[in-house]
Amino acid sequence: MEIRVMANILEQNDRIADELKAALGAQGIFALNLLGSPGSGKTTLLENTLAALKDEMNIAVIEGDLFTSKDAERIARQGVPVIQINTGGGCHLDANMVRNALAGLELAALDLIIIENVGNLVCPAEFDIGEDCKVTVLSITEGEDKPLKYPLVFKQAEAVILNKVDLLPYTSFDMEAACEDLSSISPGAALLLVSCRTGEGLLDWYSWLRQRIAQKKTRSQADD
Amino acid sequence: MHEMAIAQGILEIVADAAANNGAGKVSRIKLQIGQLTAIEPDALRFCFAAMAAGTMAERAELEIEIMPLICRCQDCSRSFAVEAFRLVCPDCGSHRTEITSGRELRVEHLEVE
Repeated sequence: MEIRVMANILEQNDRIADELKAALGAQGIFALNLLGSPGSGKTTLLENTLAALKDEMNIAVIEGDLFTSKDAERIARQGVPVIQINTGGGCHLDANMVRNALAGLELAALDLIIIENVGNLVCPAEFDIGEDCKVTVLSITEGEDKPLKYPLVFKQAEAVILNKVDLLPYTSFDMEAACEDLSSISPGAALLLVSCRTGEGLLDWYSWLRQRIAQKKTRSQADD
Repeated sequence: MHEMAIAQGILEIVADAAANNGAGKVSRIKLQIGQLTAIEPDALRFCFAAMAAGTMAERAELEIEIMPLICRCQDCSRSFAVEAFRLVCPDCGSHRTEITSGRELRVEHLEVE
């Protein structure tokens, strides 16, 4: 006997993600899912972002990591609430993990939640964790071939941050090819060239983020 | 290795569908997996076999249909097969394109005994 099913394999995850979107949306909280390879500079970007924005808005961070709380300790030094999720070897965060983490935060006081995903260009791309948008960090030292090798994580991103541009003179990174590939895969995404070490380009990133947060607030107030 | 989570999702869907239809054993599971997903079919087969051991889907054959990546241009309405992950409209050059196929992660049907 044949049984026709036509069921989305990630349906359970997506249902929880939709619940989270509704809950965060009702409070006008913007949620960002930060993706990228291990060592691409996600946590350093986050530290810079918190230092720049924490006085103008209320921010909390959810840190995904396989085993350690090293990143959460770095974030806590910025004086913002941080919840650690240890996946115990799991390669990605899912919506249920984020739902559990959100239970530990005072949502009513927040404007922005940044979720730093597990460092990985493959698995996290597939899971909606209730975010408003994904942002993917690619560092110069990883090479310009990564967008075509890992298309989904770049396709899903609304902004791609090319980090460590201060190292360009010391590498054979082909910026033209990287930009061409990124705009082919994700034609609408913002492409931001930054160096978290020198601060180059960070102001453009903060502006982009501020604008997205403000749009969400406006939409959420219009819905009230 | 998120294929483990995907395998678990498949097994839950299969178990529900089989139970709802009073089926004892599942002999075949047909999946549709989009080209633009982060799924490695061999890894998925391996994870599914491990996950399904001891269940009604233990001996099920996993048939995987890879769904091609197809976009539709929102400006000129043309549908096009995407090559080399270039999601820009080949006709009018628009960047406003939407994916109409290629993101599937779907259990299409089961064959049960």
